[in-house]
Amino acid sequence: MTERATIASSQPIHDIDIEALRRDFPILDQRVHDRTLVYLDNAATTQKPRSVITAIDAYYQRDNANVHRGVHTLSERATVQMEAVRDTVQRFINAREREEIIFTSGTTAAINLIAHGFARAFLKPGDEVLITGMEHHANIVPWQQACEFSGATLQVAAITDAGELDLDDFKNKLSPRTRIAAFTHVSNALGTINPIAELIALARGVGAAVLIDGAQAIAHIPVDVQQLDCDFYVFSGHKLYGPTGTGVLYGKRAWLEKLPVYQTGGDMIRQVTFERTTFASIPHKFEAGTPHIAGIIGLGAAIAYLTSLPWRELIEHEHRLLAYATERALQIDGLKIIGTAANKAAVLSFTLEHVHPHDIGTFLDFEGIAVRSGHHCAMPVMQRFDIPATARASFAIYNTLAEVDTLIEAIESVRKTFA
Amino acid sequence: MNPELRPLYQEMIMDHGRRPRHFGAPAQFTHKLEAFNPLCGDRLTLYATIENDAVKNVQFDGKGCAISVASASMMCDEIEGKSCAHAEDLFHRFHKLVTGQASADGIGRMEILAGVKDFPARVKCATLAWHTLDHMLKGDAVEAVSTE
Repeated sequence: MTERATIASSQPIHDIDIEALRRDFPILDQRVHDRTLVYLDNAATTQKPRSVITAIDAYYQRDNANVHRGVHTLSERATVQMEAVRDTVQRFINAREREEIIFTSGTTAAINLIAHGFARAFLKPGDEVLITGMEHHANIVPWQQACEFSGATLQVAAITDAGELDLDDFKNKLSPRTRIAAFTHVSNALGTINPIAELIALARGVGAAVLIDGAQAIAHIPVDVQQLDCDFYVFSGHKLYGPTGTGVLYGKRAWLEKLPVYQTGGDMIRQVTFERTTFASIPHKFEAGTPHIAGIIGLGAAIAYLTSLPWRELIEHEHRLLAYATERALQIDGLKIIGTAANKAAVLSFTLEHVHPHDIGTFLDFEGIAVRSGHHCAMPVMQRFDIPATARASFAIYNTLAEVDTLIEAIESVRKTFA
Repeated sequence: MNPELRPLYQEMIMDHGRRPRHFGAPAQFTHKLEAFNPLCGDRLTLYATIENDAVKNVQFDGKGCAISVASASMMCDEIEGKSCAHAEDLFHRFHKLVTGQASADGIGRMEILAGVKDFPARVKCATLAWHTLDHMLKGDAVEAVSTE
């Protein structure tokens, strides 16, 4: 460890005891390949605090039953607990009404729900859907499918060499034909934070609906959907310290009421005969079948956990981790940071001369360090930068400056091995 | 380097990874096939001149990790000048070797890649060029090979 790194690592972070916070995450306390685990793949999924694991365990140990349909005690308990999470999510993102919160299996399912509804009811030949060049596949492919089905055209706003949205191109590609603009809040491959308030206002100006993909933002940026005035905001539970298989679709009531149903079946109906079915009101209209009850309860515990912490200061801590990692990474010979936007969140994507990201990933794994290597389900972003892949370190509230030091030393070691 | 990694990154593999042989598109060839590994985004193009059921010349280009480039480079070394039947046989032996289904008998110098079997995430890297070769030899009417 360099002297400078030692000094930086020992500085207190606004009196937050990160070591104490780390003890809330049982998984972090382990060795991988006989090294202390350094988990830096948080953009792929975050680890879960004990309170989330305990909530899921307690539910299955004591309260497991199906929701919305039993008169018995366990069913009542399950229903009350799950529906309480709807209130928790509503408060967390400041939705106007609890009915505007739809539980899904994740971001992908939420975007598919909206894209499917638009294709069926609101898109026709001549219409346009606007996305950006920094979307991950989950916010590209559903819209391609929607356009193919409806005859609408997909427009893509370009990104700059820094990995920022080309605002002029975004403006140029918005038109009165744009039915919906769907873009990411934070890029998973580049870390870019989009100026979404400005983008939403621009889209509003041409009468387009707006969907924000919040998968990478929700754990790092406080979101107020009423202040943003977006029509839809979607995110996954598992990137928010919650369980996999959970997600949220926020939609304005007026939109959710006029959007056609997506998956159909039990729990989302009002009355079924063989001739005709009438559907339940929102939110149940979009929640067909037995939901991931335990997961949703776990998601509630995750949000309760995060909001019990001094979150704003932890966000500053994450910025500090990114700034420190960036500063040190830039001193490594042959290292190139992919994604150099002025406004970034928690993601350090990079390439190393003469070393393929896959080799970096394997090498770091054997130093106990978990990073993602690959195209990050964002192949068009990789094509934009003319690279097959990057290595990506992504940070969360429980990461430390000392872990950044470990990462940097390991990258130096990879570089020397492959030089 | 963690000593546990040495079986994967042996000196000969690192050498072929850094300075691949048979690299670059030849001026003339009878066969060309592109391969793509969607897991990592790597692309590889294999070029060969196949005459009288023998691989007269074979080259490749593209981008890949040390394992995939070394495997492609060593594969070209092994099969150039050999009969198609021999190359096909080598593909089967190599595939079984790196997926842990067989020993290195009759595999020759490619044995050095046997360590890959203990790194399941990297098996596709080691076999990308070989799958491309297999499709080429079978004359499959495909434009691109995918490891998926």
